[in-house]
Amino acid sequence: MILSEIELIEPEENRVKIAKDDRYLYYDYLIIATGTHPRPDETPGLSESEWRQSIHDFYTFEGATALAKKLRTWEGGKLVVNIMELPFKCPVAPLEFIFLADWYFHEKQMRDKVELKLVTPLPGAFTKPRAASLLGSTLEDKNINLVTEFYTERVEPEKNLLISYDEEEVEYDLLVTVPVNMGADVIERSGLGDELNHVPVDKHTFQSTDHDNIFALGDAANLPTSKAGSVAHFAVEVFVDNFLRYIEGLPMLEKFDGHANCFIESGFGKGILIDFNYDVEPLPGKYPLPGFGPFSLLQESEMNHWGKVMFRWMYWNILLKGKEMPITAQMTMAGKWS
Amino acid sequence: MTTREIAGKEIEFDEEGFMTNPEDWDKDVAVALAADINITLSERHWEIIEFSREDYQAQGEAPGLRRITKEAGVPTKDLYKLFPKGPAKKIAYVSGLGKPTGCI
Repeated sequence: MILSEIELIEPEENRVKIAKDDRYLYYDYLIIATGTHPRPDETPGLSESEWRQSIHDFYTFEGATALAKKLRTWEGGKLVVNIMELPFKCPVAPLEFIFLADWYFHEKQMRDKVELKLVTPLPGAFTKPRAASLLGSTLEDKNINLVTEFYTERVEPEKNLLISYDEEEVEYDLLVTVPVNMGADVIERSGLGDELNHVPVDKHTFQSTDHDNIFALGDAANLPTSKAGSVAHFAVEVFVDNFLRYIEGLPMLEKFDGHANCFIESGFGKGILIDFNYDVEPLPGKYPLPGFGPFSLLQESEMNHWGKVMFRWMYWNILLKGKEMPITAQMTMAGKWS
Repeated sequence: MTTREIAGKEIEFDEEGFMTNPEDWDKDVAVALAADINITLSERHWEIIEFSREDYQAQGEAPGLRRITKEAGVPTKDLYKLFPKGPAKKIAYVSGLGKPTGCI
């Protein structure tokens, strides 16, 4: 194993230039897993004078701890959560944050002093219609305002304003932002990325559309599904067998279906669970055992919250240890009703 | 799925109102679709429509705003002036393409 920055990928030469000792690594096959990263510098005004003062993010350790500290002493006002660009890591995170903020301020007995608003470039609370409708009404029930189709151009930190490309304005006292997410700079430098430095790949096999011996896994790829841990997990499970076939000269068989599975903590000890893929939007039902559950899909329940708590243990003891998870990589329609 | 007569042709639309067969599209159809959403096409509109059509041929889906801005060199702000209120969807609509995925 070599720990080093990557300077350049040269697909025509089948080699990678690394910073350490200015070395070249030659390859027969290259698997790219360089992820995607929040880039506050992409939005004018965002990471300037008010960064980590009245403007915060929670996708970095520094950002999350600074925001937690801010919330402890914040006296209330307009709290705006905004999404700058699609796609971004963990698409349910801003929803989860705002649900938990609602609960947090309730517990602190200051919910009446806080106006919560979610500002998104999407036409609803989520891309897929049924989930958008359920999550939209959950927001309404919790008295959280939703501003849709707001594509932020810039932030005016001195005036506490978010300004969209069509000159609409949203005022905030505390802004919690999901910055533009972009793939690694080395992808752009190497001419391997799309407009957000994500690597264009076949959505079923992860093979680069431009180079037969390059694959991109996880958030680094431009798959039209969630950039989420569950997706990367399912994707890799499908990929390994397929890749072994490929290097033996066999055609790639198993096809990744875009399977995503996410818990959404909704506050007050409850949670929502969604399960979907490229073709099937999140639907109501029972999971993982059809008819039994114990988890309810696309519905708020206490059991779902306990599922998320249980998943912490599974994450450290099963997932990270590479043991087999008791759920299938491919999505199943069993237990879902449409 | 619905069918409407546009510029003398029978054109099929999906449930969200986007054309289902991009190959049924021609310039007369574009003019009529633009008129539907109160846009009179100028040279600048055509540049963007042509880019989107070509990009669709290469990528298999309608381009999003960031892609149009970066690849066709049209500032996002101008896209909002030319196709006010939801330019990505309006550009795809007039170009005879499906709804941009805006994947999440």
